Amino acid sequence: MNLRKAKIGQAVKVVSLEAEGSLRRRLMDMGITKGVILVIKKVAPFGDPLEITVRGYELSIRKSDAEKILVEAVDNNG
Amino acid sequence: MDKKIKIGLVGNPNSGKTTMYNALTGSNQYVGNWPGVTVEKKEARLKKHKDAILTDLPGIYSLSTFTIEEIVTRDFLLDDEVDVIINIVDATNIERNLYLTTQLLEIGKPVIIALNLIDVATKRNDFIDVDKLSTLLGVPVVVASALKNQGLSEIIDKAIELAEDKKTPKVLKYSLRTAKAIEDIKELIESDSQFEGIHLLDKDQLLIEKYNLKENEKYINIIKKYENDKMTDSETAIVEERYDIIEKIVKETVKKNLGKKSTTEKIDKIITNRFLALPIFILIMFIVYYISITTIGDMTIGLMEYLIGDLLGGGVDNLFKNWGVASWVNSLVVDGIIGGVGAVLVFVPQLAILFLFLSVLEDSGYMARVAFIMDRLFRKFGLSGKSFIPMLIGTGCSVPAIMASRTIENEKERRMTIILTPFIPCGAKLPVFALFIGAFFGPFASVSMYLLGIFVAIISGIVLKKLKYFKGDPTPFIMELPDYRLPSVKNTLSHLWDKVKGFLIKAGTIIFVASTIIWFLQSFSWSMQMVDAEDSILASIGRFIAPIFSPLGFGNWQSTVAVITGMLAKEQVVATFGVLMNVDVSSLPAQISTIFTPISGYSFMAFILLAAPCLAAIGATKKEMITTKATILTVLFQTMVAYIVSLVIYQVGTLFINNKGLVITIIICLLILSVAIYTFVNSRRKKNAGSSCSGCGCKC
Repeated sequence: MNLRKAKIGQAVKVVSLEAEGSLRRRLMDMGITKGVILVIKKVAPFGDPLEITVRGYELSIRKSDAEKILVEAVDNNG
Repeated sequence: MDKKIKIGLVGNPNSGKTTMYNALTGSNQYVGNWPGVTVEKKEARLKKHKDAILTDLPGIYSLSTFTIEEIVTRDFLLDDEVDVIINIVDATNIERNLYLTTQLLEIGKPVIIALNLIDVATKRNDFIDVDKLSTLLGVPVVVASALKNQGLSEIIDKAIELAEDKKTPKVLKYSLRTAKAIEDIKELIESDSQFEGIHLLDKDQLLIEKYNLKENEKYINIIKKYENDKMTDSETAIVEERYDIIEKIVKETVKKNLGKKSTTEKIDKIITNRFLALPIFILIMFIVYYISITTIGDMTIGLMEYLIGDLLGGGVDNLFKNWGVASWVNSLVVDGIIGGVGAVLVFVPQLAILFLFLSVLEDSGYMARVAFIMDRLFRKFGLSGKSFIPMLIGTGCSVPAIMASRTIENEKERRMTIILTPFIPCGAKLPVFALFIGAFFGPFASVSMYLLGIFVAIISGIVLKKLKYFKGDPTPFIMELPDYRLPSVKNTLSHLWDKVKGFLIKAGTIIFVASTIIWFLQSFSWSMQMVDAEDSILASIGRFIAPIFSPLGFGNWQSTVAVITGMLAKEQVVATFGVLMNVDVSSLPAQISTIFTPISGYSFMAFILLAAPCLAAIGATKKEMITTKATILTVLFQTMVAYIVSLVIYQVGTLFINNKGLVITIIICLLILSVAIYTFVNSRRKKNAGSSCSGCGCKC
């Protein structure tokens, strides 16, 4: 599944990035790489963007960009 | 010592870099808590080592070449004669901060790590093994808190020691394949720079151009082989290896206390809550402007008017009359200088309060949340949530606002933000509104100016988006939400003083000189006789230009002159009226009502609000737009918008007063017409959409 479909509060593991070019690079620079654990914290009041926790800090990305991050579910303890 | 030591201060946005810079150099740099405060590099001597120069560089996440800040920092570190790099690492966010560190270690210059915000990390009960961190990275690590003046002298001593030893860090341990590919590239370009080797493996466009490798077969083959071996593209492979290395280091050195929720998390539960976020934002903005403009602002204006107009102006007038000073000198000093500069100074306390609130908002971390909340709305007219930060700062002053637009990565979005930001009423426009509100309207007129500014910015955004240049897909919005921090009193006050100082300097220089010139031009005729203002040089210039403004309702020469002098600085509009009306500050509103009607007054306010910003803001625009052509187009666009809006306000307003029935009829007709057009266009669009995606199976 992609990150957009992940539930709020659910921990997910990044499988791959489908984004290309500068978006791909920016996401990776910010620490979204294969194998990293992400948690969706919340959705902004108007329904977009998302707030996610990655590598111990909070990052905001739009749903349309989140769609390009493929993830798989992990249990919340992992 | 024959040569000064040059130190570069590098770190992630929001790692406390500027606070560190201020603490080390004693200068009052602009500090804020949103990503990307330092938009260009700043230099200063160190407080305790006068032979060392510290350069504050923009905060960056990576040394790639996607943003202006990254390029500025990169160029400086690679080309300039930097002797040593101080890398600020946020102790509360080590993992991502070290990503930049891994790149800095490859530059080939001595690096020292300042583990900043250690006090915050300690308070959270995070444990960091500093010695081990230093060993694993192969560079000195010093714990510090810039805010609490902790560890600063140790950092500097170590940095200077390193600069003298020229001890460069050892190379990070990449996988065998990566290391081999880097070596192959270094051999190919005959360079021993690890930085160039790895960034070429990373397909860095600037370096590929430098070595003319675009069609070099050997280079292409090295990359191809590497990507085949790694089964992914080389950029991804390298980023992943960097983070792998970092993860290992962090695992061995950092133990985060994940037990309790952080304060930031608790605050965000409320501040960015689905239902509360918007009301809270509106409430905060309302409180800020209510307090700084009406309550405390009003009180201080009354006090300042008394101090400057009655006490100072009246006193000097009496004194000069007693001394028998020539009447023209008396007029120059009392009407020209005290009248002009005084009209502006009256508003200083009010602006100081406004600036104080804005700087607290900036330092606290709230700005990034506002961008987060507003992104969805702003995208509708071609901007992103990041554009909101410049606009909010623009309520204080357009100059820092325009400069703040640099954090917007996409050029189209950045330019659009620069064009639209001056539509938001800046602090210097408030005195103009206050003057007319005093003459004609209640405080609601001031609120309506903000609404008008926002409305015009939105409409202009939608219109500009239709232009070919601004078309295009929305760009990604990837923004860090920094931890909330309690703004330090020292930072806030120095921040505030910086802005008030700028305002006072302007009052003392531009406005002082302009007021004197205006006094001269309005006191003398072309034949250098002292005359009434009506027959002065200024009146004749004003009358010549005035017809342009007649359709807007203020075709009198005084307001024409005020519009022109307003180009120097918006506060000058009030100062000009002060000089021209020849009255003290407190009776100015009454005088204004003799040359304006409420409608022409409102039209004038709208024109001042929207027309070309002051010289300083135009200068900032030029700096960001780079070309003169773009700058002129921007200023022309803004002035044209101002003219049209004022024209509509005045003409419709006048018509309405003279002929209510007719206007209401016209408005209703227009409404019906626009609804009809909208429905028509929409139905056509739906039709087109329906035909183009037939068979896709989705519900259009």
